[in-house]
Amino acid sequence: MLRFILSRLLQAIPVLLVVITVTFFLVRFAPGGPFDGERKVDPSVLKALEAQYNLDQPLMSQYFSFLGDLVQGDLGPSFKYPGRSVNELIGAGFPITAELGIYAILVALLIGAIAGVFSALKPNSARDYISMSTAMIGICMPAFLLGPLLILIFGIWLEWLPVSGWGDLPGDKILPSVTLGAVYAAYVARLSRGGMLEVLSQDYIRTARAKGLPEHVVILKHGLRAGMLPVVAYLGPAFAGILSGSFVIESVFQIQGLGRFYVLAAFNRDYTLIMGCTVFLATLIIVFNLLSDVLSAYLNPRLRSQLGGK
Amino acid sequence: MTLLTVNNLSTSFYTRNGLTKAVEDVSFSLDAGETLAIVGESGSGKSVSCYSIMGLIPCPPGKIESGSAVFDGVDLLNCSDDEIRAVRGNKIAMIFQDPMTCLNPYLTVGEQLIEPLIYHHKVSRSEAKKKAIELMTEVGIRSPETNFNAWPHEFSGGMRQRVMIAMALIAEPKLLIADEPTTALDVTIQKQILDLVAEIQKKRDLGIIFISHDLGVVKNLADKVLVMKTGHIVEQGNAQDVLENPQHEYTQKLLAAIPKGAKENPKAEENPEPLIQVKNLVTEFNVNGNRFRAVDNVNFDILPKEILGLVGESGSGKSTIGRSILRLVDAQGSVNYRGDELLSKNPQQMKPLRRKMQMIFQDPYASLNPRMTIYETLAEPMKLHGIAKGSELNQAVLKLMDDVGLARAFVKKYPHEFSGGQRQRIAIGRAIATKPEFIVADEPVSALDVTIQKQILELIQYLVDKHELSMLFISHDLAVVRKLCDRVIVLKHGELVESGNVEALWQQPSHVYTQSLLAAAMH
Repeated sequence: MLRFILSRLLQAIPVLLVVITVTFFLVRFAPGGPFDGERKVDPSVLKALEAQYNLDQPLMSQYFSFLGDLVQGDLGPSFKYPGRSVNELIGAGFPITAELGIYAILVALLIGAIAGVFSALKPNSARDYISMSTAMIGICMPAFLLGPLLILIFGIWLEWLPVSGWGDLPGDKILPSVTLGAVYAAYVARLSRGGMLEVLSQDYIRTARAKGLPEHVVILKHGLRAGMLPVVAYLGPAFAGILSGSFVIESVFQIQGLGRFYVLAAFNRDYTLIMGCTVFLATLIIVFNLLSDVLSAYLNPRLRSQLGGK
Repeated sequence: MTLLTVNNLSTSFYTRNGLTKAVEDVSFSLDAGETLAIVGESGSGKSVSCYSIMGLIPCPPGKIESGSAVFDGVDLLNCSDDEIRAVRGNKIAMIFQDPMTCLNPYLTVGEQLIEPLIYHHKVSRSEAKKKAIELMTEVGIRSPETNFNAWPHEFSGGMRQRVMIAMALIAEPKLLIADEPTTALDVTIQKQILDLVAEIQKKRDLGIIFISHDLGVVKNLADKVLVMKTGHIVEQGNAQDVLENPQHEYTQKLLAAIPKGAKENPKAEENPEPLIQVKNLVTEFNVNGNRFRAVDNVNFDILPKEILGLVGESGSGKSTIGRSILRLVDAQGSVNYRGDELLSKNPQQMKPLRRKMQMIFQDPYASLNPRMTIYETLAEPMKLHGIAKGSELNQAVLKLMDDVGLARAFVKKYPHEFSGGQRQRIAIGRAIATKPEFIVADEPVSALDVTIQKQILELIQYLVDKHELSMLFISHDLAVVRKLCDRVIVLKHGELVESGNVEALWQQPSHVYTQSLLAAAMH
């Protein structure tokens, strides 16, 4: 198992390098620069600024000095937030985004898995059709539509929940988490329904019934683990999607998270912040995919013994 | 003492064509310590009858239409879910056909073993474990203490079936329903499992319902036999009476279809020139990073116009030899086909030779392309090798249909419209379409019912004679091999242990392994 994890981490290095290289040159070649604004900046000031941030160096030497700093964990200073380093900005934004992401995943798992399993227990029944159609709507509905809709219903009409912010008012974390989690809940519901249906048709479920086990034992003990494997495998990509997709939610609900920094950085051509966020998120995505693979392997005894270790 | 009385059981299924009767008016009874064998071909309703009694038919789509099944004073067909659940796995236990899929791969063997005790008898886990280890010893599982925590995938098929048996017995049932318990097992393992079941029955005075398609197996262990066909009982009675003096036409047909005795006129030419010479054949695979030698230094000849049987248990490398000769897997050594060295040929050089060598597979459900009509399936190899085209092609396809005994009108149909036997005829037609000299038949009748098996074996013999084919006939079924083959080779763990004339080998097997195979097959 350890060898498997190590080899996966080694594989991550070239992947990260490709991501860094492509992003680095893409943002440099994009029209505009960090100091282009509404007002023309005086050429001598511009020159001084570029010199300060090493932008007057040849592109390749900028690239390698970025890589050099990166290896030491230094992501450089931000161009648009003077006096603050990219490390600081990520440090400030990430905890909020991570918290939002974790709640969203919990919402997705809780709603999705329950809906999926209940559908699978009575396939092609009314409750199956209703929850699966709801899931389909959930998948089709973009977050920038669902968010304002939920705000309208629960914030403005019913006045149950605050409409924006994060951690300022009681209950203000609910709407963003639900909005972000909804799409993923829909996917999880469909995956767990499919997984459970597949498992419940297996011979060993018939064996469990033939043993006279109560139905809830058959479902929960014999069926659930294998039925949830597709969901576990999906968790890694889902968490990655949630982290990188949270900027919509953060914009809709006015949350100062990493997602907003990332999008604003792109608009502002804040080269170092773009690079910093990209490297950070790419690393997280790789780690989460690895974690979900390890978890899948752990849940499957056959895979576990193939990877060594009982 | 009567253990179970079933009266007028009828079960139906809702299908696209409305309510279809799967079992109709089935009645039988069973005493304690007695074995009732329910025999019949696939789809005859033997499993559905037993699953109905156990309440294991999912409703819908199933529907128990009528009947009663009284066990221990409870009518299992007309009681509450809780009542039948208290009987299931407790007083009536089941074992199933395929031990590879019937154990939960996500739970340890021990955990699954103790479940019936914990849920039915409310004993503590440690007590249940003690009982489980006793039973594991009784059914012949080595080092039960360590194997208690093993996973099912660490066990072989035979071992898993022992676990299933232990699991069925742990709650001390009075009735055991065994649904084809040895069909998926090798012949030597099959014998061990049957012996084990017989021994346990005697010790515990267990009533057994034994579902099987194999009359040979049934003969040795049943007290009563019940023969089913398309959902109805056609004959039932004392085992000896039914099997030795069958009254119903269908029972007679079933018994007649069991391959018996030797081939009538085996080919025996003096020193003929071999068609194919296999020398020092070695085939290796990568398994989890290790080299696994599936075929180990095998030498044999295939003579013109002969059927050479290749027997051995699963995993012995039988199929791999067939595939190595046809260059479907990479192999080392030498395969000489009429002076051509096959193993050194590149794909272009192989193509004209491929026309001469064809293959028939085991599972006719998987080996035919479901999106091609029979016409397309049969015409494709002829077009590919330029054997016929245009109107000539149509005629050739129709002639092929005649050859394999399919009505010409079927030519535009798709595989799913055919039964297993008909599909195997199509697969055979496809193999002989290119007018080959040599065919590898890999367990071509193993997936078929016994009456269909007989027809297909007759077809194979007819075609081999008519087209003067040579055939490598791979099989695990010694009776079939004896009936069909001229010579036979025996494989064990990738090595050839014995070869020779079928009858000579039958009368005097020299290798220990061949002897044990034969002993097991004789039941």
